[in-house]
Amino acid sequence: MRELSYDAAVIGGGAAGMAAALEIRAAGLSCVVLEREEHLGGILLQCVHNGFGLIEFDEELSGPEFAERMEEKFRASGADAYLGVTVMDVEDPGDRKVLFGYSAEHGILRVSVRAVVLAMGCRERNRGNIRIPGARPAGVYTAGLAQRLVNMEGYLPGKDVVIIGSGDIGLIMARRMSWAGARVHGVVEILPYPSGLTRNIVQCLHDFGIPLYLSHLTSGIFGGDRVESVEIAPIEDGAVRFEKAFRIPCDTVLLSVGLVPENELSKKMGVELNPMTNGPWTDSMMMTNVPGIFAAGNVLHVHDLVDYVAEEARRAGAACARWIRGERPGRELRVKAGPNVRYAAPCRVGPEAPNKLYLRTLIVKNDAVLEVRLDNRVIQSRKKPHVQPSEMISVTLDPKDLADAGPDSTIEIAIL
Amino acid sequence: MPEELICITCPLGCRLSVERLPAGGLSVSGNRCTRGARYAEEELLAPKRVVTATCRALPADRCRVPVRTAAPFPKDRVEELIRVLYSLEVRLPVKRGDVLVPDALGTGIPVIATRTLD
Repeated sequence: MRELSYDAAVIGGGAAGMAAALEIRAAGLSCVVLEREEHLGGILLQCVHNGFGLIEFDEELSGPEFAERMEEKFRASGADAYLGVTVMDVEDPGDRKVLFGYSAEHGILRVSVRAVVLAMGCRERNRGNIRIPGARPAGVYTAGLAQRLVNMEGYLPGKDVVIIGSGDIGLIMARRMSWAGARVHGVVEILPYPSGLTRNIVQCLHDFGIPLYLSHLTSGIFGGDRVESVEIAPIEDGAVRFEKAFRIPCDTVLLSVGLVPENELSKKMGVELNPMTNGPWTDSMMMTNVPGIFAAGNVLHVHDLVDYVAEEARRAGAACARWIRGERPGRELRVKAGPNVRYAAPCRVGPEAPNKLYLRTLIVKNDAVLEVRLDNRVIQSRKKPHVQPSEMISVTLDPKDLADAGPDSTIEIAIL
Repeated sequence: MPEELICITCPLGCRLSVERLPAGGLSVSGNRCTRGARYAEEELLAPKRVVTATCRALPADRCRVPVRTAAPFPKDRVEELIRVLYSLEVRLPVKRGDVLVPDALGTGIPVIATRTLD
């Protein structure tokens, strides 16, 4: 068994993990990143398309470029990384936390630290999560798995494809499969509006003439050894019209039906999760309910842009370093998701310093207003030309607006 | 007949209606800001896309090499370029930013590697 000791450990070496480690090192503390794969970069390495980095690097990069540029900053910071290490358990005897990791190269690693940043990212929802009836043939993949097969390993998972769910990964894969020589026969979305960004609808579907079936339920997958067709039925006035169902022949189904924060390890550590995000509840220092355990990136809530992940993780890393040096959350106000807001993260803010929050709305609306209320008094009101659930919204709270907050004050954020 | 398109400059997604004027040029309506008119002009007169793909790496048991055009590429020739890129073989090692195709299909636009692999 190999024994290591650091001020802080970061679990996961994707964009969030590297960004958190950068800030911990910048504060002069020692830091190790434990990464399950053989490379740093996480999911970015399979996202070979363009559109990352406009905030973090001020240019438009592909996923692998973003990952490599983060890794260069990370290496320059002097943080350590152990690759091919799966963290299986964390013990918390009191003063220090002990992480147990396993790897083919090092055997068992025992890492003793004062604080931990969770940065494990998220995983894809699959067929079981959305309960599509029908047969169980080969040829049903999650969109992210197909992305890895095509972009990294060089396999084309099928020739005639139907994509279920209109999340961004599904849309990106509609274009990728078309470019790679497959025919994409349609994208099926149960909601009346697409789950992905408009630019992806235009550039990944319209450019290729791929139909988007909004308000359609996937009522069955058919086939023997291999997928042969998918049956879809329109939803009209809230009712599924099974008599209007039709089948689309295909040999492959890709599922792009949402992402879930990867918190198996967090739960083992006693970290409490917010059912609206499936990520930890965090306080004004981005710390979970377990003292010394912080969270950022997709493990906390699913982001739509890696630039936001990096920004949030930098804040968590910096807060983790301050915590190790003895700072504790001061007076805190609870943040509540008000009308038309699904959630806001973090869930508590300190009124003495500026606070950045990320939130998601429940509605699609033009000319909306974002309203922040302190105990029912409006302290910030901002026009939003367009809101939709797939576009994360950020808001910064000014300490001077929170000056007369009492001990039981609550901040409520609403989209009107 | 006016042509319909959705502006993707910002998340608003204005639905644009564009008419080609007999004298040349375009008449754009439905845009809520001037960027919409600019988008329509570019999209109808000279549409471009950044093209990304992956190439086979040699030796062949290695991870594929991700690549992209160094600048937006004429949309009507994207399919042609994609065929070139998907049949390209790249001998490792390769560095991020290495030029793999100096002048893609005579457009003057280079194709570069987007990951370092050795």
